[in-house]
Amino acid sequence: MKKFVFAILVANKSGVLTRVSSLFTRRGFNIDTLTVGETESPEFSRITISMMGDEYIKAQLMKQLSKLHDVKHIEIMHRDETVTRELLLIKVKNSSETRQDVLSAVDVFRSKIVDYSPDALCIEITGETSKINAFIELVKPFGIMEMCRTGIVALERGCNCLRND
Amino acid sequence: MKLTGSQIIIEVLIEQGCECIFGYPGGQVINIYDALYQSRDRIKHILTAHEQGAAHAADGYARATGKTGVVLATSGPGATNLVTGIATAYLDSVPMVAVTGNVPCSLLGRDSFQEVDICGVTLPITKHNYIVKDINELADTLREAFRIAKSGRPGPVLVDVPKDVQIATTEFENKPVEPAFENVKADDDDLAKAVEMINKAQKPYIYCGGGVISSGAGKEIEKFADVIDSPIGCSMMGISAVPFSNPRFLGMQGMHGHYASSMAQSEADLLIAIGARFSDRATGNKDVYVRNCDIIHIDIDAAEIDKNVTSQLGISGDVKETLEKLISMLSQQNHPEWSAEIEKLKEKEAQTIKKSSVMTPYDIIETVNAKMSDDTVIATDVGQHQMWVAQHYRFEKPRKFVSSGGLGTMGFGLGAAIGAYEATKNPVVLFTGDGSFGMNLNELATAVSNNIPVIIILMNNGVLGMVRQWQTLFFDKHYSNTTLERKTDFPMLAEAFGALGFSAQTTEELADALDKAIAAKRPAVINCTVNENEFVLPMLPPGGSIDNIITEINGGEA
Repeated sequence: MKKFVFAILVANKSGVLTRVSSLFTRRGFNIDTLTVGETESPEFSRITISMMGDEYIKAQLMKQLSKLHDVKHIEIMHRDETVTRELLLIKVKNSSETRQDVLSAVDVFRSKIVDYSPDALCIEITGETSKINAFIELVKPFGIMEMCRTGIVALERGCNCLRND
Repeated sequence: MKLTGSQIIIEVLIEQGCECIFGYPGGQVINIYDALYQSRDRIKHILTAHEQGAAHAADGYARATGKTGVVLATSGPGATNLVTGIATAYLDSVPMVAVTGNVPCSLLGRDSFQEVDICGVTLPITKHNYIVKDINELADTLREAFRIAKSGRPGPVLVDVPKDVQIATTEFENKPVEPAFENVKADDDDLAKAVEMINKAQKPYIYCGGGVISSGAGKEIEKFADVIDSPIGCSMMGISAVPFSNPRFLGMQGMHGHYASSMAQSEADLLIAIGARFSDRATGNKDVYVRNCDIIHIDIDAAEIDKNVTSQLGISGDVKETLEKLISMLSQQNHPEWSAEIEKLKEKEAQTIKKSSVMTPYDIIETVNAKMSDDTVIATDVGQHQMWVAQHYRFEKPRKFVSSGGLGTMGFGLGAAIGAYEATKNPVVLFTGDGSFGMNLNELATAVSNNIPVIIILMNNGVLGMVRQWQTLFFDKHYSNTTLERKTDFPMLAEAFGALGFSAQTTEELADALDKAIAAKRPAVINCTVNENEFVLPMLPPGGSIDNIITEINGGEA
């Protein structure tokens, strides 16, 4: 089982996300993360899906997704040729004993405090999944109150684009 | 010209070449039915007894001709009643357009009376579906629906039209019918590799599926088989693609396949699957299925390649086009030893047909087969009778076998037979069982009202035979809920519907009833008594293989 990331260009219409995500359920494949948003052209949305799977799952998904009428283009994002990012918002307990440690962690990870209250610190951090995971592990002992992460967005390095027309 | 949404729907149906649709009126399609009324001399509508019957009829219409079948139903229960019919068409890749009405846009999402999110419901069983909320998109959406239904691997498309869109008006102009979306074309290198594999093979075996019929490639298959000197087997969906009388044709392989066909498959060193998808019913244990052979898989749907069985060579492309190209690249092959082996298998198979003093399912099929022309459409329901027909009926022309393969829908047959008759006006025979017939026999009313002379051969054994067969084999003869104990008098029931009713205990009585039914040109039910301990043989147990072939079952009580 390997992790892979799909970038899918779809028609920007209601119901398309359901079509794509229900295909995963129907074929018995699991999504790890999914992000979706409008692209530079309002005609299209771009869906980024990351998941674990083997070669069979990868090939089947590519082919099954290609059959959906609203899917215009689909590509597997190869690790070496892709910039991937995730964004995490995390609320950590704020107490006089741990505050300095939290602030240095924020500093080292080049993240930032986006909200400060007497009992809680809200931190924003972006980076690759591994960096996000490491940061969560680091602040866990200080008391995570709640957190929210976006899942992966990915773009190919260089001048190649998903939509080349 | 300015038209209402309802009028536009009817105009586009006519524009797309649709001559007859099937449906059932209701609150949210009254406007469309009014438009139908206005155009009643230009397009025919068959009113069924139930929306499910209408969906199966549209399916039968499509299977018998290759044209896209159209079904119309109201919102809510009307739409959900189509679901089994749409799923049946989806699993067997049948081109269909379902048009449903829905509540006005302003009432959508409020659990209004007879409101159902039918697009959500049919998402996994349609090629695509639409809800049209803008009158200006209605005509082109319907056109696109037809185009998608027909293109590539065919399938059903649903268009949901809220009532306010049916009432709104806009400018409408007819447009020429657009050709299907362009198919993928077989890769030349792959074809060259196929030639290499075929030249190397000593024991080729062609396995054809429903894709051969969709593509209209029966002749090409026969030619291909001649050139590579190969026997031809098929999946259930591939029946009728190649004439039964072709000496290369071994019939269906798989769970209830012909002995010779399944054996030849297991002995082959090269399996060429064409327009087939290696369903579990066709392969059984997949590891054993492929143990002796390499596989070339040709299919228009690239997603079928390596989905169920991994092939050494996958070629995605239209079957007919691909075969034409491939044949032109091949030289004549000869495999006399393999042919001799096949002949032996055929001889062995011929010895397995048992004679009995009472009328067997085989006798029933033989009697019907002898009376009916090759143009007769044979529809079936699902169960033992279906397998017997699939095994024994001698189909000589494509699209004459109308049967639910992938979904295995009991209750499919009568609606489908009605649709097939409307499409072809050829004689239509429905083989059914007392279980399946009980599911949708209400469509007898449709056959009677519309003078559809379908002849229904009811193989009545008083049990749900196929499940009972499994109970006999795998559940210690615990006949849980498969003994029907019904007291239905089928000939009387037929007469109550206004059809003809007959009973037959012997082949003579059956032949006589058939003559009368044919002469009367009216729908008829012939109730044929079948022993409950008649089994479908041979049988490969589910998940089993040719090594576990069952050729005899001891019936009776535990």
